[in-house]
Amino acid sequence: MVKTDAAAQKVEKHPVKKVLVICARGTLEDVYASLIMANGALMEGMEAKMFFTFFGLEAIRKGNSDNLHTATVGNPAFMRNLPTMVGGLPGFEALASSMMKKEMEKLDIPPVSEFLEIIDASGGEIYACKLAADMFHLKREDLIDEVKDIITVGEMYALAEGEGAQIIFV
Amino acid sequence: MSEVLIAGKSVSVNEEGYLTDPSQWNREIAEQIAAEVNITLTPKHWEVLEYLREKQQAGEMLNIRKIGKSGIVDIKEFYQLFPGGPLKSASKIAGIPKPASCI
Repeated sequence: MVKTDAAAQKVEKHPVKKVLVICARGTLEDVYASLIMANGALMEGMEAKMFFTFFGLEAIRKGNSDNLHTATVGNPAFMRNLPTMVGGLPGFEALASSMMKKEMEKLDIPPVSEFLEIIDASGGEIYACKLAADMFHLKREDLIDEVKDIITVGEMYALAEGEGAQIIFV
Repeated sequence: MSEVLIAGKSVSVNEEGYLTDPSQWNREIAEQIAAEVNITLTPKHWEVLEYLREKQQAGEMLNIRKIGKSGIVDIKEFYQLFPGGPLKSASKIAGIPKPASCI
């Protein structure tokens, strides 16, 4: 067995230097997951860029950021054994979403609109997907001011270029 | 945890370099830790550092949202004063524990 000098064996560190967080969903928990990850990266001194696509556009649509819900029907992760008929009662989804938001606020997690402002103020860049915007007939003025640009998938990949870059898909 | 000499004073720090006893802190120590991350402390910096220490002593949880709403700085300014991981570096310079928060 070859004996190696522990001091001579230097373990190279490869820290994450930048993240591209792709948010493709519009449910409360998925959007929050993407925001916390992007903001968390910024707080660690990394670069962070966000790309909202498909239902993720709901989070950056003007006036809609704080209207996101969580699913109470067909969502086995929400209250195991909740009968579909109960989860589908009028107002139930809104109530469940409102309760989740209250719990977030208790932990000082800001509403989605404020969270996006914080990410923007912290140097994070927010982009929207051109294909999804076209599909939903959304224009630049329909989206929040913090959106830097509406871009294609190729331009999205360019956002993640460089060493130590990671792409996270939510 | 270990004892190190910062600005001529022996203080206990953890493995990340944060003071384990905030009461051992003084302004010279803050200046030295700041110099290690290439920050020169201006009056605005001191305002933020004092705010952080005050809140930590009061037992309040620190996070970036609170700091943005503090009335001392807004978030953009905070990132400008303490580039790259502002809450991490500001708390180290202020001689308080690293805030354990996801926001």
